[in-house]
Amino acid sequence: MSGPLAVVRRLGAMVTDGIWRLGFAARFFGLMLLYSGQSFTRLHLTIREIYFGGVLSLLIIVVSGLFVGMVLGLQGYETLQRFGSGDALGVLVALSLTRELGPVVAGLLFASRAGSAVTAEIGLMKATEQIRAMDMMAVNPIARVVAPRFWGGVISMPLLAAIFTAMGIFGGWLIGVVFIGVDEGAFWSQMQNAVDFRYDVMNGVIKSVVFGVAVSLIAVFEGYDCTPTAEGVSRAITRTVVSSALAILALDFVLTSFMFRGTS
Amino acid sequence: MSRTTLDLWVGFFVVIGMAALLFLSFRVGNLAGTSFTDTYVVKAQFDNIGGLKVRAPVKSAGVVVGRVGSISFDTHSYRAEVVFTIGTGFEFPRDTIASILTSGLLGEQYIGLDPGGDIEMLESGDSLQITQSAVVLEKLIGQFMFDRAATPSE
Amino acid sequence: MATLPDNPLVRLQDVRFAYGEREILRGVNLQVRRGQVVAIMGGSGCGKTTLLRLIGGQLRARSGLVEVGGRDVSRMGRSELYALRRRMGMLFQFGALFTDVSVFDNVAFPLREHTDLPPELIRDLVLMKLNAVGLRGADRLDPAELSGGMARRVSLARAVALDPMLVMYDEPFAGLDPISLGVIGQLIRRLNDALGASSILVTHDVHESLEIVDYVYFVSDGRIVAEGTPEDIRGSRDPFVHQFVNAEADGPVPFHYPAPPIAEGFLGRSAT
Repeated sequence: MSGPLAVVRRLGAMVTDGIWRLGFAARFFGLMLLYSGQSFTRLHLTIREIYFGGVLSLLIIVVSGLFVGMVLGLQGYETLQRFGSGDALGVLVALSLTRELGPVVAGLLFASRAGSAVTAEIGLMKATEQIRAMDMMAVNPIARVVAPRFWGGVISMPLLAAIFTAMGIFGGWLIGVVFIGVDEGAFWSQMQNAVDFRYDVMNGVIKSVVFGVAVSLIAVFEGYDCTPTAEGVSRAITRTVVSSALAILALDFVLTSFMFRGTS
Repeated sequence: MSRTTLDLWVGFFVVIGMAALLFLSFRVGNLAGTSFTDTYVVKAQFDNIGGLKVRAPVKSAGVVVGRVGSISFDTHSYRAEVVFTIGTGFEFPRDTIASILTSGLLGEQYIGLDPGGDIEMLESGDSLQITQSAVVLEKLIGQFMFDRAATPSE
Repeated sequence: MATLPDNPLVRLQDVRFAYGEREILRGVNLQVRRGQVVAIMGGSGCGKTTLLRLIGGQLRARSGLVEVGGRDVSRMGRSELYALRRRMGMLFQFGALFTDVSVFDNVAFPLREHTDLPPELIRDLVLMKLNAVGLRGADRLDPAELSGGMARRVSLARAVALDPMLVMYDEPFAGLDPISLGVIGQLIRRLNDALGASSILVTHDVHESLEIVDYVYFVSDGRIVAEGTPEDIRGSRDPFVHQFVNAEADGPVPFHYPAPPIAEGFLGRSAT
């Protein structure tokens, strides 16, 4: 019966392929860290990537953050006021954003906007032999093209997550205090009491840094490793977005279970 | 896009990113408030800590003066040992009483300090002698029913 | 040309190469002397580009010797290989210009990366190189605005920016109009002589190459099947060379891809 056996065999091949690719990516990561010196000695390379990755993502981050915060305000109030705890809206909005929604949603947006752009850039450079030309001109393409994009992403991510969270809290305030009429004093004071800098804000920042590393690594790797054809590049871009999303969600679970074990 | 314009935008981006982080730390979180840089350590033993958790506040007269550091079980005295820190600026007499109180009706529990009259102040590592445990709801109800049963109803 | 020193700049000896199971080169022997322009010709997919990659150190031969400037390329570490590549220039098939920067920045790239020259001097050098290829006025353009021939010329200017000792061309004539063909051909020869360099052309454009090269190698089936000066080639009676030079449809390189006999193919039964 070749039907189910073939399926099992294909599944096995996919798993071994995936593990091989993971090892390959790990080696690539090591190589990139090795050649990262230029990203900082020639800072303008990295600054350029912070512009294209971070600054150009500002619009979508700010708008999305605002909307997410506003929705949190609406939904949150609707549920809280059933228990007479409408005043706790600030706490709900702030904790949801700083701990989870800020890093995760900003990470997903960053992956789809900036990550896919980086993969496309590097992939197209590969397809049009620009990478090979650079290599032949004795310029290390990993140091010159890949590493600055990686570090640009790692630096941009936490900043974008913080901006997203701040905009979200503003959106929550806008809906809760300005439109619905929750007491402004209670909104902020309860929030300040409940949100701990080290526990909530710093953990959120740590998460966004980890997500930044994961997304940037996936983006540059998929671009550098793609088949150098038009179809290869488009497939690599899809893989970047999908893998980044899965990585963010999986890492979020791992980090959350470490960080927020619940005070014993 | 010339280099200088690029640098400008990136600088702008980093500035608002940092501003957002500062906003989150100070206005949203409690960075300015309760993070004491210099603290000293005090211990106390309780019969029952109730729902007291690590990092719960230590208050006196309603103002936060410290934080609970760790909670453990003492196998010699069969009581709960709570180690907490108090900000260096707040000195308490050695006969201060520590009680476990609840904020609000069903809120979280915290340690309340009632200063005594001793001339000597607590040093780092000292233990408080007099403590009042948390109120356990079952015992309270049991006590109430016992009192009711003891008092003949008119 | 007759008084050149004897040691060749590039030497390939018994070079074998395969992509996985597929053998591409089965023992290639060739050399390039200093100051020579050499053409490597052959049908598509015969391994010509692979030869360039082996010389440039982008690929490692399975066996055999690849020598450039007297040093074995396969034994070189990364920094030594990069030092060698700084003295080589390569023109890729479609130009491979950096699409995110201008023509000027493309040509300036190797100068900025490998030298500490001040911006004014770099500017002069870039404009000189562009002038040599006739595109000094195009320095502000974007690569996207260039025609195929112009892009290739800019790429050529970039390849010779550091005055290399060896210039390699991957299909420099492919897809160009007759005027551009002539221009590129003349540029290749003139730049080679002006720089005192050696050049290797990988191409299948017979007519244009024979006008400008000093020596030709024919690659077929992973081996050098014929070689000689342009005169030798034009007068050659070797069937492969003859088919190639005269553009015959059938000969040593067959027209038909291997297939079962016609009777079997169309009528579905083995021919008796």
